[in-house]
Amino acid sequence: VRGVDGNIKIIFMQKEILEHGLNINRRRFLSRLSLGIGSVALGSLLIPDLFGGGSEEELAVTGLPHFAPRAKRIIYLFQNGAPSQLDLFDYKPKLNEMFGQELPASVRMGQRLTGMTADQKKFPLAGSYFKFNQYGEHRMWFSELLPHIAAIADDLCVIKTLHTEAINHDPALTFFQTGAQVGNRPSMGAWLSYGLGSENKNLPAFCVLLSKGKGNGQGVYSKLWTNGFLDSIHQGVQFSSRENPVLYLNNPEGIDKEDRRKMLDNLSALNEESYKEFDDPEIHTKIQQYEMAYRMQTAVPEITDMSKEPEDTIKLYGPDCLIPGTYAANCLLARKLSENGVRFVQLYHQGWDGHGNLPGEIRGQCMDTDRASAGLITDLKQRGLLDETLVIWGGEFGRTNYCQGELKKDNYGRDHHPRCFTVWMAGGGVKPGVYGETDEFGYNIAENPVHVHDFHATILHLMGLNHEQLTFKHLGRRYRLTDVFGKVVNGLMA
Amino acid sequence: MKWKLLTLLVLIITTIVVISSCFTKSSGDKLPEIVSFNFHIRPILSDKCFKCHGPDVNKRQGQFRLDIPDSAFAPLKETKGAFALVPGKPEESELYKRISSTDTSYMMPDPDSHLGALTEYEIKLFKKWIQQGAHYETHWAFTAPKKIPLPHVSDKDPIAIGWVKNEIDYFILQKLDERNLSPNEEADKERLLKRVSLDITGLPPSVELMDKFLNDKSANAYEKVVDELMNMPQYGEKMAVHWLDVARYADSYGYQDDNIRTQWPWRDWVIHAFNKNIPYDQFLTWQIAGDMLPNATKEQILATGFFRNHKYTEEGGVIDEEYRIEYLLDKTKTFGKGILGLTIECAQCHDHKYDPFKQKDYYSLLAFFNNTKEKGYEGDVSQSKPAKKPLINISDEDVKTVLSFINKKDTGTMTVSVMNEDTLRKTFILSRGVYNMPTTEVQPGAIPAVMKFENKFPRNRMGLAQWTVDRRNPLTARVFVNQLWQEIFGRGIVKTTGDFGMQGELPSHPELLDWLAVDFMESGWNIKKLVKKILLSATYRQSAKTTDDKLKKDPENIYLSHGPRTRLNAEFIRDMVLASSGLLNKTIGGPSVKPYQPKGMWEAATSGRGVLATYKQDEGDALYRRGMYTFIKLTVPPPSMIMFDASNRDQCEVKRLKTNTPLQALIMMNDPTVLEASRVLAQKLQGESSTPEEKITKAFRLIVCRKPSDKELSILKKYYDEQLQMFRQKKLDAMTTIKEGEYPLNEKLDLNVSAAIMKVVNTIYNLEEAITKT
Repeated sequence: VRGVDGNIKIIFMQKEILEHGLNINRRRFLSRLSLGIGSVALGSLLIPDLFGGGSEEELAVTGLPHFAPRAKRIIYLFQNGAPSQLDLFDYKPKLNEMFGQELPASVRMGQRLTGMTADQKKFPLAGSYFKFNQYGEHRMWFSELLPHIAAIADDLCVIKTLHTEAINHDPALTFFQTGAQVGNRPSMGAWLSYGLGSENKNLPAFCVLLSKGKGNGQGVYSKLWTNGFLDSIHQGVQFSSRENPVLYLNNPEGIDKEDRRKMLDNLSALNEESYKEFDDPEIHTKIQQYEMAYRMQTAVPEITDMSKEPEDTIKLYGPDCLIPGTYAANCLLARKLSENGVRFVQLYHQGWDGHGNLPGEIRGQCMDTDRASAGLITDLKQRGLLDETLVIWGGEFGRTNYCQGELKKDNYGRDHHPRCFTVWMAGGGVKPGVYGETDEFGYNIAENPVHVHDFHATILHLMGLNHEQLTFKHLGRRYRLTDVFGKVVNGLMA
Repeated sequence: MKWKLLTLLVLIITTIVVISSCFTKSSGDKLPEIVSFNFHIRPILSDKCFKCHGPDVNKRQGQFRLDIPDSAFAPLKETKGAFALVPGKPEESELYKRISSTDTSYMMPDPDSHLGALTEYEIKLFKKWIQQGAHYETHWAFTAPKKIPLPHVSDKDPIAIGWVKNEIDYFILQKLDERNLSPNEEADKERLLKRVSLDITGLPPSVELMDKFLNDKSANAYEKVVDELMNMPQYGEKMAVHWLDVARYADSYGYQDDNIRTQWPWRDWVIHAFNKNIPYDQFLTWQIAGDMLPNATKEQILATGFFRNHKYTEEGGVIDEEYRIEYLLDKTKTFGKGILGLTIECAQCHDHKYDPFKQKDYYSLLAFFNNTKEKGYEGDVSQSKPAKKPLINISDEDVKTVLSFINKKDTGTMTVSVMNEDTLRKTFILSRGVYNMPTTEVQPGAIPAVMKFENKFPRNRMGLAQWTVDRRNPLTARVFVNQLWQEIFGRGIVKTTGDFGMQGELPSHPELLDWLAVDFMESGWNIKKLVKKILLSATYRQSAKTTDDKLKKDPENIYLSHGPRTRLNAEFIRDMVLASSGLLNKTIGGPSVKPYQPKGMWEAATSGRGVLATYKQDEGDALYRRGMYTFIKLTVPPPSMIMFDASNRDQCEVKRLKTNTPLQALIMMNDPTVLEASRVLAQKLQGESSTPEEKITKAFRLIVCRKPSDKELSILKKYYDEQLQMFRQKKLDAMTTIKEGEYPLNEKLDLNVSAAIMKVVNTIYNLEEAITKT
C-alpha cells in the first residue's frame, strides 16, 4: 500500500477482500469494529499483522489521528509529591522582601487548606532560600538548583499557571493521570494507546517506569496507569532497568531462546489442533500473543541493556544512569523505549513532598533529576527525535508561598497548593517560552490559567487527537480524558 | 509522505468498516414488521438526542425534550406551528425532517455535538415508527417482568427435535430459528464435565470424577454430577468471586499509604451464604440492613460489611467531610450498579442525562447511608486500625458459636467495619456533587422511576432493603439473573450488566430474562435452583464448536448457537494450576495470603509507611491457596491477577473484560507458580508405574480435563523424547530446570526424566484450551 494511487489500491483491496473473504482473525477483529474508534488501534496491538501487507510502515501506522499530529510520542516525567515551583521556577522576590510576614487575607481569598495547615495560626510568607537567575532568549527564571535544565531554557515551554481542584496527593495524581479524582478511569497513556495504537510490534504502547528520591515520598498507585474500562491491552506495562525489566519476561534458568522456540512451535501445533476442532478465532489470537511475547523477550533486554550506550550519552544523563532503578537510568530507558516506538512512556519519581526541611530535600531531589531531565531533551534533540516527541515535566499540584511549621531563613516547609504551579514541556509542537503569569505572591494566577483539563486537551491535540472526539462508550455514557471540560490552549503550541 | 500513507490507511480502514457492517448487522437492512419504541427507537433517541433533549433540565436545548411523550407531541416552542412528531405523518414531523436533512444548520443531531448523524437504516426506522403511530412505551427495565408462555418452537428443524431440556431452551431456539441458526448437539462428556465443574466450583474435575462420570451411563448422569458438584464447599468460593467484585472487597485501605485492614471475615460470610444457599432476598437484606433486623445476630450485622469495603483514606491533611461524602458516593454507586444495574451515579452532579433520575433522587438514595458515625478520616497511617467505626467485635466465643464459618486461627478479639444506624443526619443535594456545597434538604427515598417508595417502607436502610427485594421491583431479580448468566455464558442477556437504563444494551432474549427473573422470585429467590436450571439446559450443554456460518451470522454468539467458550477468570487459572498439580490447599476462608510475586513491586510503589510497605511472602501451605485468597493491596494489586483482567477492586465492578495479551503468555511460561506446579506434577507422575505415554495422558487429563488425541499425544511424546535426550546428553541442565518453587524436590528420582516430563507438563499448561472453558 505504499505510495500508489489510493483509489485504485483500495478498489483492489476491496475486491480482494470480497473475493477471498477475510481471514479469520481479521473477521473476528472486524466484528469488534462496531465498537467504534479505538478498534483499529486495538487491532494493531493485538495482531500486528492484521492489515496484511507486511511492510514496516504499514504495520506502523494503523491508528486514527483526527488531524496531522505535532508529536508522535510522549515521555512524561512525573515529579510525584509536588515540587515547589517557588524554589525552582516561579521567582517571587516579594516573598523574600516580606519574609516572615503574614499572607494577606486578600491574597488567600479563603482558599481551602489541607488538614495539615488548616489549624495553623499563622501563615508566614517564605521566600525561597535559593538564588534565581535568568537564562535563554526568553530570559526565563530558574533557581540555582536546576543548572542543567536552565541550560536548555530555549527548548522549554514553561507553564506557570497550571491549576487543579485537588489538594491531596492521591486524588490530585489520579486527576492528572486519568482526568478524574476518583473513579478508576483510563489513564492518559491508555487513552493514547486506545486512540493511536502501537508504532511497533515488539513492545507495549504504554510503558511505566518508577523511581524514588530521598525526599518525603507519597507512593504511586497502579490505578495511575490503569486501562480503566478500556481493553486491558491498553494498560501501562511496568518496565525497569533491573534484572527482570518486564514482569515475567525472563525465561526461567535452564531455558534458552532456542529451547523456548521449540516449546512454542509445539504449542502452536497443539493449539492448531484445537482450532481445527472449534474454529474459535480466539485460539489464533492466543497463538499471536505467544509470538508477541517471544519477540518481547528479545526486544526488551536489548532496550534495557545500557552497556552499549556510548560515553557521551552517559555523560548527558550522568553516571547514575548506569545504576538500575534510578531516575537517570529511567530517563535513558525512556529515550530508548520512545525511540523504539513506544507511544507513551510514563515516569514517576517520588520524593517532592516538602512539608518540612524543604531546602534540604529539594536540593537532593534536584541533584537526582536535573541533569538527567535535561540530558533526555538534549539526547532526543541530537537524535532528531525531539520534534516528534513531547516531553512533559511536572507534579500534581504546587506548594504554598507560606511556611508550614517553623520558618527559618534556611529551613521551612510548604504545604500543598492547587491554585498555581509550574509544569514544563519540550519538543513535539510546543512553543518555547513562558506561558501564564502568577501574582507577585505566587499564590494566584494573574493571567492565562491552564486547568488540568485544558492541559490534557492540549496534549491530545499535539498528538493529533480531538479531545472531544476521543471517546469510549461505557455504561451508557461517552467518556473522555477531559470529562466534559477542557479547552486546547493555543498559546502553548508552536 | 507518511501523512499521505496515513490518509490512505484511514481510507482503507473506512472501507473495511463498511464491509464489516455486513458481518455485524445480522438483522440486515430489513426493517422490522412492527417498529418497537423500546427496542428500536429509544436506543437511538437515548444515544443521539437525550443529551440535549432529555431528562437533564440544565442541558436541555430549545425547551424541548424527547424522553417523555407529553413534550414530544406538544407544539414546538422554537418553530411555530411545527410538531416534532405527527403520528402517521413522517413528512410533517420536524424530527424526521431534521434527522434526514443534510443541511448542517438544520440537521439533527447538531454537528457540534459530535454525536454523529443517524444511519440511513436508523432514519428509515424512524419513518416507519412515525407511520405506525409513533407510540411511546415505558422503558422495558422499569416495568415488572412477566412470565409469558413458552414460545412455540419450529418442529421442522431436525436438530431441535429432542434437543430441548428445559424452559430456557424454548426461548433460545425461537431466536435461533429467526436467524436460521441451529443449536449444537451436546458437548462430549469430558468437555461438559470440565465446563460444569469450573462453573460450579471454579476447579477442574478430579480424574476420579472424570472416570465416574464417563462410566455412568444412566440417563441422569449429568444431573447427578451437577448435584454432587453443587454440594461441594468450593461452590460457595466460586460464587463468591463475582460478589467480591461487586462489593469491591480488598485487604487494604487504598489511597496513598494503603495500610492493611481486616475485612476478610465478611468475605468468609459470603462464601458461607452461598454454600448455605441463603435466598437472594435475604442475602441482600442482610447486607443492606442486617444490623436493623429485630434482634439482629452477629452474622446479620457482619453482612453489612458490604457497604464498608470501599477505600478509606489515611492521607495526612485530608478534609474529613470531603471523604465522608466520598464514601457515601461509593456506597450509593455500589448499590446502584451492583444491585440495580443502574448508572445512578450520573445524577450525582446533575439530573441524569438519559434515565429519568433527578439529582434529588440520587441524594435521597444516598440519604439512606448517611446515618452512621462513620468518619471521613480517623487519622493517618500511624494510627491505622484493622477496622474503622462503626465496627463489630468478633470474639473467639463468636467463632465457636454463631460465626463458625469464620476461619480465625489466632486468639483475641477481631474487628470488622460494618453499618450502624447510630446517628441522624440531614442530607442535602450537593451542588455539582461537591461536598461543601449543600443546597436543598432531601428525605431518604429510593429511585421513583424504578418503583415508588411507598409509605409502608420505613425511611431507613431497612426500608431500602424491603423496597429492593419487593416482588414488584422490576430490577433486582433481573439484574442478578443476568449477572449469573454472564458468569456462566461469558455475556449477559443484557450485555451491559451494569446499565439496565436507556443507554444500556437491550436484552438479547428479553422474554427469557423475564421468565428466569420471575421464576427466581417464585422459587423464593433460590440461587442454587437458578444455577441448576441454567446448567441443566440444553443451551448450556451444547458443544462449543463453531462454523463459518455461525461465525458469520453471529460472531459474538449472542444467540447461543453453540456452547460458551471463554477464558477462565484470573483466580481460576491459578486454581486450575494448583489443583491439577496436586498442590492446592483447599482451606476455606481466613486472612488473605501472599504467594510468589515478582520482587520489589510493593517496595517500588510505597510511600514507605504502614505495614504493607514491603511484601513478605508466605511460606509452606499458604503458598498454595486458591486465587481468591491472594492478598489484595489496592495500590499494587496482585500482578498476575490484574494481567488476567481481575478487578483491581477500586470500585464496584459487575463485569470483567476477557482480553488476550502477550503478558498473559509470559505469565503462563515463566510464573514460578506454573513452573513449580509443572515440576511437582512431573515428579508425581514419575513416581507412578506407567509408560511415558500414560504419564503424558494423565497430565493432559488433569490439566485439559480430557484425553489427548493421537496427534496431540504424539507431538508431546516426541517433545518428551527430545527433551530427555537433551538432558541426558547434558545439552540442557536438569538441575537448573527443576529448581523453581519452594515445594521439596524428590532428588531420589532420575532428575533428567523429571525435567523432561516437567517441560511437557509446562507446555500443556500453556495450551489455550487449558485455561479455557471449552
